Amino acid sequence: MKNLNIFKKPIYQYSLFLPIVCLLLVLIVNLIQTPNFFKITVQNGVLYGFIIDILNRSSGLVILAVGMTLVVASSGGTDISVGAVSALAGAVCIAALGTGATYNVPYIVSILLALIMGMACGTVNGYLVSYMKVQPMVATLILFTAGRGIAQLVTGSFILYVKPEQFGYLGNFIPGVPLPTPFFVAAFLVFITWIVLDKTPLGMYIQSVGINRDASRLVGLNSKLIIFFTYVFCGMCAAITGLISVSRTMSIDANNVGLYTELDAILAVAIGGNSLRGGKFSLFGSVIGAITIQALTTTLYAMQVSADQIPLYKAVVVIIIVSLQSPVVLKWFKTIKGKLSTRSHQMVKEAK
Amino acid sequence: MNRAKINSPQGKMRFSNQIGQKLLERNFLLFVTIALFIAMYIAGLIAYKDKNFGNVQTFLNLFTSNAGLIIVSVGMTMVLITGGIDISVGSVVAVTCMMLAAMMERAGIGAAPAMSIVLLFGLAFGAAQGWLISYLNIQPFIVTLAGMFFARGLTAVISLEMITITNETFLAIAQKRIYLPFGGYLNRKGVMIYPYIYPTVVMAIVIVIIAYLMLKYTKFGRSIYAVGGREQSARLMGLNVKRTKFFVYILNGLLSALGGIAFCLNTTGAFVELARGFEMDAIAATVIGGTPLTGGVGNVYGSLFGVLIKALIETFVSFQGNISSWWSKIIISALLAFFIVLQNLLVRRKNKTKSAT
Repeated sequence: MKNLNIFKKPIYQYSLFLPIVCLLLVLIVNLIQTPNFFKITVQNGVLYGFIIDILNRSSGLVILAVGMTLVVASSGGTDISVGAVSALAGAVCIAALGTGATYNVPYIVSILLALIMGMACGTVNGYLVSYMKVQPMVATLILFTAGRGIAQLVTGSFILYVKPEQFGYLGNFIPGVPLPTPFFVAAFLVFITWIVLDKTPLGMYIQSVGINRDASRLVGLNSKLIIFFTYVFCGMCAAITGLISVSRTMSIDANNVGLYTELDAILAVAIGGNSLRGGKFSLFGSVIGAITIQALTTTLYAMQVSADQIPLYKAVVVIIIVSLQSPVVLKWFKTIKGKLSTRSHQMVKEAK
Repeated sequence: MNRAKINSPQGKMRFSNQIGQKLLERNFLLFVTIALFIAMYIAGLIAYKDKNFGNVQTFLNLFTSNAGLIIVSVGMTMVLITGGIDISVGSVVAVTCMMLAAMMERAGIGAAPAMSIVLLFGLAFGAAQGWLISYLNIQPFIVTLAGMFFARGLTAVISLEMITITNETFLAIAQKRIYLPFGGYLNRKGVMIYPYIYPTVVMAIVIVIIAYLMLKYTKFGRSIYAVGGREQSARLMGLNVKRTKFFVYILNGLLSALGGIAFCLNTTGAFVELARGFEMDAIAATVIGGTPLTGGVGNVYGSLFGVLIKALIETFVSFQGNISSWWSKIIISALLAFFIVLQNLLVRRKNKTKSAT
């Protein structure tokens, strides 16, 4: 009897339970609010509708959340510089391409430059966190404040526009493809990351370093290198998000690209059921978390909440979710559950 | 044999390590900060000799433009000493400004009641955050991140448009000049002009002094250090760790609201994006002032110098005139990086000397 129960885990104990419930909750609210929420139409050869919009807009956040998940898992801290890094990467890309009718450098070179910039920022963060043992939040605070400043210097404090139409393909639609391009980029990145983490020991290494850095080192893992790697990877993810974001508007405004996205990314990781203290992580939880946040944002826009007021609602959601995950509240639940089960046991006994 | 050991290079090294340890105990980082400030000020005197940099008024303006930041940094210092962090302070400053403006301009409430309501709000906000952090045991970073969202959203809920304050009492406080009896100079007409400060500066200095005395001489102040040093030891010593942390966050909420009032007296208006990045300025000033984020160590007057260094960099950039104001942010970040690395090296050395003895 008891052996069978091991396999029959109650559904609410699966790690993806909470994130999926959150997402469903948001979607149900939407369905009640706007009946044609799930309707998808075809306009000008591309799919159109709320769901597509959410998938499109959440792609950047999904990419960030993937990078952030690994950073949180390995170091138990957060990278708050991702928003500034994506602005910097976007600035580098557009500054390299120039604002003329044709590109100054080949497109692929500018993309590579932006990615290298992102990884360089990640290297700085990673070096400080892993080798200098600085607290992650403080180490990334440096680029958080400096990143936008450097981006402003790269663009000369102007909003730069790119003229060639092809530049917009990455952030919008490629002609003839019905789904938005960012969706494919995000799906590809999540797939590759999942394959690498799941099919190689790297995923396990990251978890083990996150659970105990010193014990992992004694086992023979290069803890520092693994933490360093996650920060570089997160920097690259931030750069990709920045590229999508500048391609969407075909311009760079270093003050506003990726503003507050670091908070959304951390939120996505938390909603995804990942502990922010590091260790075990679920990549797909974070992906669902990111989509949930975007769905929530879209919902609030549909309910005509001003963009500036949205943080208020997000804050309430975060507090509820992290309170539910807090060890103290979990203990309360357990004691309540324990009391209930002993009572039911007694009732069974009395009935017998 | 023994004498040979003492005279050996190892013995000498131990001796030099002892000196290093003594320097560490006497707040080496604070010394670096103050030395840096003085060096920068002298460099400014030399570089901008012809632009009135040496005026007492220029020096006092360092305080005037940053009175709010000084007050907020005091609260931040205490939070960092307990080993926590608060990134909501910038948004709290914004929301207190907005509440003040809305209450005085839209609801017609007087300046004094409006200020007391705002202080109560800060207290309640700090209490809510403190409860979540200390009693529910949630990471401070996450709680205050949500607090930052909440306060910024609340600012937008109160008003999306900018509100300019026209309340007479409030403006009278904001524009009241307190002249100092010294440091004056004769202007071209031969009239003696004395340097002046605003009430906010007095407020900031008083707060720094009270906080210094509290941290140094009261039971509560000492228990803040104990909690930050090592929580478990503090608990075993019989201190109420949770309550200490709770009170620190309440105090921090109150100081953020007070900083918001000082900030508002400076801007006499409020809008949604007010004080963006203020929390990072406060953290940077505190870290530059010699309070590491690991907790247990720190000083409020160090944070005061941290703020002054930031103000000095901004003054340099504005005196230079032709360079982008973004440079001040980049320079502050570079300084921050320098101080973080320095702190780390010192901590490492301390650990090494500890393990050696």
